[in-house]
Amino acid sequence: MEDIREYVVFKIDNEYYGMDIKFVENIEKAQSITRVPFAESYLEGVINLRGNIIPVVNLRERFMMESKDITKDTRIIIINFNGYHIGLVVDASSEVVQFDEGNIEKAPKIGDSVKNDFIKEVGKDNGRIVMLIDIKKVLNIVESESK
Amino acid sequence: MDMNQYLEIFIDESKEHLQEMNQILLELENKPDNLKLLDAIFRIAHTIKGMAGTMGYSKITNLTHKMESLMHEVRTGNVKINEKIVDILFECFDALEEYVENLIANGEEGALDTEALVNKLAFLISGGDIESEKSASKSNVEKEDKNNGEHKFSIEFDEITKNVINKAIESDVNIFKIDVILDENCMLKAARSFIVFNKLENLGEVISSKPDVELIEDEKFDLNFEILYFTKLDQLTLHNELINISEIREVVIEEIEEKIKVKELDNASDIVKTTDKKIEKNSNKSEKKDNKKQVKKVSKTVRVDIERLDNLMNLVSELIIIKTRLEDGGNQHNESRTSEMHETIEYLERITTSLHDAVMKVRMVPVERTFNRFPRMVRDLSKDLGKGINLVMSGEDTEVDRTVIDEIGDPLIHLIRNSIDHGIEDKATRIAKGKDENGTVALRAYPDGNTVVIEVEDDGNGIDSEAIKNIAIEREFLTESEVSQLSEKEVINLLFNAGFSTAKEVTDLSGRGVGLDVVKSKIESLNGTVEVDTVLGKGSKFIIRLPLTLAIIQALMITLKEEIYAIPLNNIKEISTINSEGISMIQDQEVVLYRGKTLPLIRLGSILNTTNYEKNIGDMLVVVIKKGDEEAGIIVDELIGQQEIVIKSLGRYLKGINIIAGATILGNGGVALIVDSNQLF
Repeated sequence: MEDIREYVVFKIDNEYYGMDIKFVENIEKAQSITRVPFAESYLEGVINLRGNIIPVVNLRERFMMESKDITKDTRIIIINFNGYHIGLVVDASSEVVQFDEGNIEKAPKIGDSVKNDFIKEVGKDNGRIVMLIDIKKVLNIVESESK
Repeated sequence: MDMNQYLEIFIDESKEHLQEMNQILLELENKPDNLKLLDAIFRIAHTIKGMAGTMGYSKITNLTHKMESLMHEVRTGNVKINEKIVDILFECFDALEEYVENLIANGEEGALDTEALVNKLAFLISGGDIESEKSASKSNVEKEDKNNGEHKFSIEFDEITKNVINKAIESDVNIFKIDVILDENCMLKAARSFIVFNKLENLGEVISSKPDVELIEDEKFDLNFEILYFTKLDQLTLHNELINISEIREVVIEEIEEKIKVKELDNASDIVKTTDKKIEKNSNKSEKKDNKKQVKKVSKTVRVDIERLDNLMNLVSELIIIKTRLEDGGNQHNESRTSEMHETIEYLERITTSLHDAVMKVRMVPVERTFNRFPRMVRDLSKDLGKGINLVMSGEDTEVDRTVIDEIGDPLIHLIRNSIDHGIEDKATRIAKGKDENGTVALRAYPDGNTVVIEVEDDGNGIDSEAIKNIAIEREFLTESEVSQLSEKEVINLLFNAGFSTAKEVTDLSGRGVGLDVVKSKIESLNGTVEVDTVLGKGSKFIIRLPLTLAIIQALMITLKEEIYAIPLNNIKEISTINSEGISMIQDQEVVLYRGKTLPLIRLGSILNTTNYEKNIGDMLVVVIKKGDEEAGIIVDELIGQQEIVIKSLGRYLKGINIIAGATILGNGGVALIVDSNQLF
């Protein structure tokens, strides 16, 4: 049991990413997002989640990928990281994958892509490569705390 | 501890009881003969004892038990009430309060040792004459008591006097033993000695005398009497003062400082006890701080009038009924449907408004909760500073949101302290100015429309605007020419600037400004404002305005292109239209002449960087906002209208975003941001 890790797998373009399930609260369909002025560019805005205001981060913008309109597949993954409730906008998400510790490797450096900072490990799932994201880095939480 | 579930109840109730006790004690101080007050204290001590006993708090039980016994003795007339007893009751109250604070912080009574206090009480109960006390304390002392033979004082110190002496030694007061010997030919010994006492009382403090003052007044003494005396004067001045009184043969003054140390050995145990207590208190405090960081066990609660909850319940049941009616309306397919729907929706609207109101009221508590601690504070301060202060409070039943109550205490303490410390002059100055020798501090609360106003007014010296100007220039906040352009009010408002107040020399010069910037920022964080009215020589008045509640506010909803924003109505003065042709530029700032004044314009869309922003031209809508005396016009695209909105925080991740005060949820489930218009100035 101990060497099995569970990840919520989501898609941006044709690549698969994994988010540690212990941080995931739920997955919502896309809804209207209110822009917040003066926030970081990757902060898409805020949404109303059953009466609570939740900030939403656009992972495309964060990974410096081209932006894309919301489709019927677009999902917002609501995470709770150390008490920060934050949504992540992704192209699609539908499954939870279990990885054996043995199937997880250190991520290879890919050029000078910004993703190098956010992805420390990759998991192999039946020949598919899933990039496991370091959520603390992605959300830049240390920085926002020191502000 | 299986009692933990009752901890919150215990804390809530003891707090209430202590508050009551505090009030009664203050009353008792003025009317010591009022038996009803004594009964009330007895009852409260008894109640707390009972509760603490159940909870297993032995220290509180022990202390309250002794208080109860003392009150009993006083009631039966065995012990006569005097100032000392009231003081000790205050000390007991402080100790109890500290215990309760400890309980709140870490769920335990804490290490505060009240043995000395309990002993004092026991001593007073036992009839409290000096002899019996001496023998009682002797047993404590015996071990160190080697110097008993060198007993030089004919004036005996009781327990309390010893404490006073020890305190005085710590502060810079001289203690003298004065031996006054009257002339043999003196006819009216009592009158003569009265003059001596009177003189001394004006120059310092008479602690005790031998024989007792009463006996001296009755002329029941020989030719000499002794006085234990505290003063800031030196020995020589004192001697000259006294020897000038006629019919006095000789005045012998001895300074006690040296000898009290000999005496101290006598009192060693007492002194050790007091210092011990102090140290413990200190360590206790740091402990408390540490604990606070770790866990705050007690959650915030509001004690609510049951009627208000009933009302809330009724409203909720009405909501359920109306929901059923709406469902029925949806199922019916006849012609009356639309009108039925209309009616139902109107009804629903009424209920939700009332529900809002009811929920808001549940969160409201009277400001009394905060005000209650001030009489004691003023009493202590006026004693410390030797100024006579009347505290006049009104409107204690004015209600504000619970969150406001918690936050408003510190700023008010600041302001009241300022008033007493710097505003109100000392007695001599007041008399010289033809004012009543006692100063008055008035604390008023009253509702005013959508806000609550709290005023702190004193009849002291007011604020010297010239002094502020000088400091502003001296400290290079402003240049001389800038200062000369400021209005009187703007000058006074400089006091609220950070940095202006923290500097020590400013405080000394202007006599004002301790932490006023802190006061201001606290009030503003509560969405309130603070202003000051002052007349030099006559006094000052600080006026705090707070919103009734923080959770629900009236706001004007506006649009900037597709985006919707809310502007709190509190900050809006009016709405108007202007034409872009009327705009002129002053130092890169767009302004317009409006009602005879230049009004700076703010293009909110540009500041907030709205998507598809275009600079408005031609006729445009301007929302005039105010902050204190300042005004500015916000240019918006469209008005949606006035709405009651529920303020939601943007959360931890987005904290510190400029200009946005929070968010609210719109009727369609979307989110609109709330503009903090105060930040636009």
